[in-house]
Amino acid sequence: MQKITLFIDDREVKAPAGRPILWLALENGIYIPNLCAVPGAEDPPAACRLCWVEVEGYPRPVTACTEPARDGLVVRTRSPRVDRLVRAAFELLLSAHRLECSRCPKNRACTLQEIARARRLPLRLVRYRKLARDLPVDNSSPAVRYDPGKCVLCGRCVRACRREGTGILGFARRGYERRVTTFGEVPLARAGCSGCGACALACPVGALTLKTKSV
Amino acid sequence: MRDSNSPLQQKFAALKRRAREAWEALRKGPLVLVGAATCGRAAGALEVLKVLEEEIRKQGLDARVVEVGCMGHCYAEPLVVIAKPGFPSICYGYVTEGIARRLVQDFLGGDDPCLEFALAALEPNELVPAFSDFPRGQVERAVLLEKCGLIDPQDINHYLALGGYGALVKALSLSPEEVVAEIKASGLRGRGGAGFPTGKKWEACRLAPGEEKYVICNADEGDPGAFMDRTILESNPHQVLEGLAIAAYAVGARRGFFYVRAEYPLAVERVKAAVRDARAAGLLGPDILGSGFDFEVEVFQGSGAFVCGEETALIASMEGRPGLPRHRPPYPAEKGLWGRPTVINNVKTLAYVPLIVERGAAWFRGIGTPQSPGTAVFALAGKVVNTGLVEVPMGTTLRQLIFGVGSGVPKGKAFKAVQIGGPSGGCLPVSCLDLPVDFDSLAQAGAMMGSGGMVVLDEDDCMVEVARFFLDFTQKESCGKCTMCRLGTRQMLEILESITRGEGRPEDLELLLELAEDVQAGSLCGLGRTAPNPVLSTLRYFREEYEAHIKERRCPAKMCQALIAYYILPEKCERSCDACVGSCPVEAIFTNEDRLKVIDQQKCVKCNSCMEACPPQYKAVIKLSPPELVRELERKGGAK
Ligand SMILES: Cc1cc2nc3c(=O)[nH]c(=O)nc-3n(C[C@H](O)[C@H](O)[C@H](O)COP(=O)(O)O)c2cc1C
Ligand code: FES
Repeated sequence: MQKITLFIDDREVKAPAGRPILWLALENGIYIPNLCAVPGAEDPPAACRLCWVEVEGYPRPVTACTEPARDGLVVRTRSPRVDRLVRAAFELLLSAHRLECSRCPKNRACTLQEIARARRLPLRLVRYRKLARDLPVDNSSPAVRYDPGKCVLCGRCVRACRREGTGILGFARRGYERRVTTFGEVPLARAGCSGCGACALACPVGALTLKTKSV
Repeated sequence: MRDSNSPLQQKFAALKRRAREAWEALRKGPLVLVGAATCGRAAGALEVLKVLEEEIRKQGLDARVVEVGCMGHCYAEPLVVIAKPGFPSICYGYVTEGIARRLVQDFLGGDDPCLEFALAALEPNELVPAFSDFPRGQVERAVLLEKCGLIDPQDINHYLALGGYGALVKALSLSPEEVVAEIKASGLRGRGGAGFPTGKKWEACRLAPGEEKYVICNADEGDPGAFMDRTILESNPHQVLEGLAIAAYAVGARRGFFYVRAEYPLAVERVKAAVRDARAAGLLGPDILGSGFDFEVEVFQGSGAFVCGEETALIASMEGRPGLPRHRPPYPAEKGLWGRPTVINNVKTLAYVPLIVERGAAWFRGIGTPQSPGTAVFALAGKVVNTGLVEVPMGTTLRQLIFGVGSGVPKGKAFKAVQIGGPSGGCLPVSCLDLPVDFDSLAQAGAMMGSGGMVVLDEDDCMVEVARFFLDFTQKESCGKCTMCRLGTRQMLEILESITRGEGRPEDLELLLELAEDVQAGSLCGLGRTAPNPVLSTLRYFREEYEAHIKERRCPAKMCQALIAYYILPEKCERSCDACVGSCPVEAIFTNEDRLKVIDQQKCVKCNSCMEACPPQYKAVIKLSPPELVRELERKGGAK
């Protein structure tokens, strides 16, 4: 494939044309917050709305996971507008996330924590109201624990389950009620979970976690 | 252009001749047209139709009754037009079964046109004023709706007799590039909401690499209160079908689809019939009229979610996937249905196409404004005298529309705002009344053309509640895929709800504004990007109303339940009357020692029954906001 040159935060990057900017930045050690993108996957969901960047000549920030690299692009990963959108998306996710870091198995390995650190964002609600959702924890699988109250709906587990597991995970319902669940919304064990743990390895937050660390 | 005696032209001329003969035979005798689109049926048009037919049979008269589509005057439904030789064609409104019998007996049987039931004549004449003689006739201009209500939508001959499919035949004798160029030159902009130039979209699809291409007519029309697309499909489906065929020819597609809401059974039925009849006539299918152009059309019934009208979600749902939008680009014109270049156009957009091809780009540009040529179709609703479909040239002012065509606000109330563009439209205040209605002016003012919903609001409407109402809708209709829309609209709704409950905090307004801007800038699809419009526009034009809710716990329109109280004015209460007491479902009204009626505020559930029950000559029940005012008044009353 044809190689092109672009600039991310003043760094010259050589890349195959068309590769999303998100991956080029990450590979070159430039962090862009992201939750829903998966390397190599076609048609990024562009759902988490965290990976904002400015591209010179564009009227407004764009999502880096959907922006193909083109020759001569000048990309900035920070700007007042980018920071504002990242902060909004991040705090919105927190507003619907059961925040209990110190007791969470994912503590210190959670992408929300990583984003907070990288962008100096507080890990608590500052402006928005807490959106309480009483979704019970699903402990039925011998291998994984599913806490939908921590799910950020990135969809990475759904993809992992389809590719490596039994394909029992999917999205259900719409809008604010949207959730990752099984067909018929039955507990994992009853839906035919094989306990492979692929979903937990894919989960960037503490929604799906392994019950033992041995898998 | 190929010569006019080509086999194509000859075949079409034969079709048209037969259609005209049938049409003229029909018009020779007296003809009764009944408006029986969904709007007419809801008002009882089918019953009227039955009575007309029965009565004509009973009287042994020679008159034909034809079921037509919507005539536009939905406020006066059921509507009947009688065309009797020797008389002008007269339209009758509010037709009951009794009136229907009278019309048959006196007008068809005798020679009395029963002018007491007439709304107006269709054309200017000596006998009866015509629609065009009324003030609204000066503002309105039927272009898209020209043939609606005048032809039988189920009889292809009617459409053919009035020149239908002539544009397709003309297009087929041009090169596809010439057709695209004509549409580009017309300046036609998509009527699906965003106003994207149609010619540009077609060109992109035409130039996109690929053998297989598709055209789709978007008839999802998910906006509550919008029914223009339904009306057009029910009243004149062939015009849209012809537009779709021309689009297919222009972009190089051989397959087309109608995506119609499943909640529109009559439209689905009429479109299916139109496709069948056009195919039987050789106007669809393989080698159309010997031109070498093949085009097949299928009808797809959408499941009804609002977001499925968004083009990428629509495509996903046609492919059998969940109806969720995806990131654009690539646009459907490059990568659409099954990954192939696809043109998606709204019903109205496609309905303009035959008219433009037939009459030319210059004719179209002669209507409307330079940047928004053509007409705009609105569903006028809310606090306005004449509700229903209106079609006006772009550039008509809101004042002309609401007061000229709509005859203003009923019951002597004051106009407050107009909400334009469906649930994600904006609210424009009195100061915007002289704004011309076109894509760009509306967007600049903070509203949008959208689907063409137009809801008039009066002094009794609370703008915070209006914003909350629309946001509640979009929030529920969010597909939930992206963070900004799923959680952002939810947060906005929570803030609005607390303000209408009187629990708003001073910092909420800034937060609401910021959030609205972030959801607008950061959402994945048009639903989220436009959902904040009602909030942003009301914050822009009615900020003091928000502030009154927050700072004074006062709802200026006295609409927000938590912020009002009902009170019976002692000086107006006619002691011996018990109307309010009887109406109260919770026994909150008692009679005091002066025989005056008093509301126990603890018990009152604010159901408004007493206010309605109090006889109009007393009007003793009033609403107060903030509710604490009641105590003040009661103290004063007691001191007197
Ligand atoms: C939430 C949402 C709902 C929509 N609903 C409709 C609809 O019901 N009908 C329609 O024609 N376009 C609808 N659209 C616009 C379509 O995405 C698309 O732009 C349009 O069909 C293109 O047609 P046009 O170019 O003729 O306007 C909707 C867009 C959004 C974001
Ligand atoms: S990573 Fe780009 S939107 Fe989620």
